Amino acid sequence: MKRKITLFFLIIICFILQTTCFQYVSLGGVVPNVLLIVTSCFGFMRGKKEGMYVGLFSGLLIDVFYGGGMLGLYALLYLVMGYLNGFFHRVFYPEDIKLPIVFVAVSDGVYCIISYVLLFLLRTKMEFFSYLKMIILPEIVYTVLLTLIIYRLILGINNLLEKDEKEKEAKFA
Amino acid sequence: MPRVRVKRQRVVLPSKYVLLILSVVCVLLMIVTYTTDFISAPLSYVSGYTIVPFQNGIMEVGSYLSTRADDLKQLREVMEHNEQLQNEVDQLKIENSNLIADKYELNELRELYQLDQKYSGYEKVGARVIGKDPGNWFSVFLIDKGEEDGICTDMNVMAGSGLVGIVTEVGPNWATVRSIIDDSSNVSAQVLSNSKHLVVTGDLLLMEKGQIRFSQLVDDDSEVVEGDQLVTSDISDKYLPGINIGYISSVEKDANNLTKSGTVTPVVDFARMDVVLVIKELKNKE
Repeated sequence: MKRKITLFFLIIICFILQTTCFQYVSLGGVVPNVLLIVTSCFGFMRGKKEGMYVGLFSGLLIDVFYGGGMLGLYALLYLVMGYLNGFFHRVFYPEDIKLPIVFVAVSDGVYCIISYVLLFLLRTKMEFFSYLKMIILPEIVYTVLLTLIIYRLILGINNLLEKDEKEKEAKFA
Repeated sequence: MPRVRVKRQRVVLPSKYVLLILSVVCVLLMIVTYTTDFISAPLSYVSGYTIVPFQNGIMEVGSYLSTRADDLKQLREVMEHNEQLQNEVDQLKIENSNLIADKYELNELRELYQLDQKYSGYEKVGARVIGKDPGNWFSVFLIDKGEEDGICTDMNVMAGSGLVGIVTEVGPNWATVRSIIDDSSNVSAQVLSNSKHLVVTGDLLLMEKGQIRFSQLVDDDSEVVEGDQLVTSDISDKYLPGINIGYISSVEKDANNLTKSGTVTPVVDFARMDVVLVIKELKNKE
């Protein structure tokens, strides 16, 4: 229960920061994708299911405000990203920061390419390499840089929650 | 501890089924919300009262900080240029008198086109920008006025004297605006000087340069040149006529040799937009 409430507020705070503060620090009109970092982190830190729930909620938030009247598209995208990251739960070690960065970078790349195909290619905007150069690569770089900073924070929150859960379990048993 | 053991052994759904179920839910949600709005209406109501106040506050702090940072940067620049500028003052004074003459001419022209009258005739409401699209693909932003302030979808949005975009979604105390530089935006426009119609389309690849694309201009006699002003056209079904869009910055002949296309520099600075005006009049009154 504590975990659910914490995650709920974490996602809402990230969403608010991303739509407000980060817009002021955009580089060349590109902002980092914090919600994807959170989704991806919980995917490989906690497994497929938690990744999915975090992704679903993050995506729904985007849908409600910026989905243009259609709910579910971003929810589905983030849901899948959370699930895919869950596959790497087995090779995840908290001390190592290199792997999470690779996961986040790949997730962001996949997310961007899916967005491009669904939202641009289907409207016959073919210049993939221009979009790659101007949007996708800068976003990945910026997101990775931000991951370096907030990964420890997310890990810390998760560790606190896990410690708390273990204590509760010990008390219960 | 038999009770605990029983609890541990409850059926756990494998995650691939959870994925399947949630995906189906998402797709169904997409279909349902695309065709009707009985789910999104209450959701937008709830979220409007939980998230919008925070965004309001943070945006205020953020814009305060970014103005302060800009101030510092500008101060340094201003000091460097100060001497240089002093020398230019005399020259500028002369230019100023020329500009005043130009201004009278401009006012005269505006009167001629009755642009001024048209603008002031519309009832407008000011709104603050409180959030921007979290992704990098579209240019959609959130304003702090909604249904309660009389805003509804398809209302035109201006900033200063130029067209910003159109309201696409409305909540109780918020609304989303799709700007004209957004990749999915299309505006029917006309050249002010000779009333030739064309379509202004946002383009993500040009967004960084602060430009938008125009196309479908029929202009056999090459009457339209760089610097011509574009306004929203009379035949648009969503945009009110005569709102300033921008100035043509380049014209090219299309491959079909019949139409022309090119780029437009919008009059609104989309990178720095804090306050917008929503025109509370709809083109299509049902």
